[in-house]
Amino acid sequence: MIEIKNVSKSFGDKQILKNISAVMETGKTNLIIGTSGSGKTVLQKCMVGLFEVNSGDIIFDGKDLTTMHEEERKELRQQIGMLFQGSALFDSMTVQRNIKFPLDMFTKWSHQKKIARVNDVLDRVNLKDTNKKFPSEISGGMKKRVGIARAIVLKPKYLFCDEPNSGLDPQTSMVIDKLIHEITIENNITTIINTHDMNSVMEIGENILYLYNGEKEWEGTNKEIIFNKNQKLNEFIFASEFLRDAKDMRMLEQKGIIDNDRNMEQIMREGGANLVLGDDDKKDKE
Amino acid sequence: MKLFSSIGAYLLMMKGMFTKPENFKMYWKELMHQSVEIGMGSLWIVTVISIFMGAVSAIQTAYQLVSPVIQKETIAQVVRDTVILEFAPTLVCIVLAGVVGSKIAGELGNMRVSEQIDALEIMGINTRSYLVAPKILGALITIPLLVILAMALGIYGGRLAGSFGGILPAETYDRGLLMNFIPKNVWFALVKAYTFAFIISSVSCFYGYNVKGGALEIGRASTTAVITSCVLILFADYILAFFLL
Repeated sequence: MIEIKNVSKSFGDKQILKNISAVMETGKTNLIIGTSGSGKTVLQKCMVGLFEVNSGDIIFDGKDLTTMHEEERKELRQQIGMLFQGSALFDSMTVQRNIKFPLDMFTKWSHQKKIARVNDVLDRVNLKDTNKKFPSEISGGMKKRVGIARAIVLKPKYLFCDEPNSGLDPQTSMVIDKLIHEITIENNITTIINTHDMNSVMEIGENILYLYNGEKEWEGTNKEIIFNKNQKLNEFIFASEFLRDAKDMRMLEQKGIIDNDRNMEQIMREGGANLVLGDDDKKDKE
Repeated sequence: MKLFSSIGAYLLMMKGMFTKPENFKMYWKELMHQSVEIGMGSLWIVTVISIFMGAVSAIQTAYQLVSPVIQKETIAQVVRDTVILEFAPTLVCIVLAGVVGSKIAGELGNMRVSEQIDALEIMGINTRSYLVAPKILGALITIPLLVILAMALGIYGGRLAGSFGGILPAETYDRGLLMNFIPKNVWFALVKAYTFAFIISSVSCFYGYNVKGGALEIGRASTTAVITSCVLILFADYILAFFLL
């Protein structure tokens, strides 16, 4: 579990994070969402120690990162795996060497044992027979999976993912999301994902933290997020008219006003859910 | 103010290099890799430059030494001393500032921009120690060797130019090489070589490691690294000559 207590961060005069507190739970996919510039990446980088916070505490299972010495931080970092937005694979190394790198650096295993572990994690991310390929020879989705494989090869306790679906098509995004979720549950690790992909939020968002302008604006689960009452969050989630209509349709369906697909299709063709919403429904929506 | 903050950041980077390696074997591998990259990667250019540098030096010295009173062996002495004192350490290192310096700055800059350095830091690796130190040590090992090679090839280039150009026979050249030889010159050249090697590698590492931005900034960092290295080399050349000769 990771606890963030009153964390603030600024760069010069610009305040990026303002007094953020949250708990990232073990065994769950914890999502940090928000618009571009809301502070998601800065918060995540503060949590892994790439940035120093101006105030506040970041506690990893009882150990405060902000008060640790360099040696203690090194030890903690060996328990952290991170998937970067661009995968951050080492260009001059093959897939096998990329994944084997943490094993070479931090274990005294034999070569055969390391290769066996590499093959295990490649198997886990469904990437057999890519050992000898270089990052430039594989697709974006495959790079992400290699990135995940490298992040989990040392069996970390904490997994950080910075926009893991960036640049991927919706189908591949779902594959990556599912993989991260399964790994989280299988290994009972604390996973923190930065994203603004609503598909990811709805699929795997077990604990969601919404940031707005560097502040915590909302916190909840994927079950609660659709019908939340926070205006800024709703503007973020339902940025497109299509999604706003989809939400209204869901509301009408729950109220029994729409009872079949033909009904729904007719309403959408005629101009959307607002035609059907009565005053009471509009009040509920607000 | 920016100059002082850059100097401070440079010194902090240098200080950050001195930590216990997480895995000595991996660091040794990286050092060997960098030494080969810097040494073998520059071998051809150093060879070509040195031979031609010596050859041109011989021809131009012969052109200037028109008095019949001056022995032909003097040409060899001038070529020898010019190559050892200046051409081999300074000229070759200025070329290496471009070849090696831009490679180092570009490599580290690309790693910074694509978050590979952050990935290494997250793994718990001190990147100043793992990425920067092997480059500096590799340069300190290989660049002086390249300078020694440049001295030998430069002198040989002069011999070739002298004999093929009919300026002076090889035997005369060889005799001239042994006359009035001052061993201290070689020591001075090596002091310069080590100093310049450190400048080239550390300055390039600094600019590459601290890149912020994208492809344009990587290019800028590379160019700035080369220019800064060249200026510092020339400045150090003057200081060393002033104090040691």
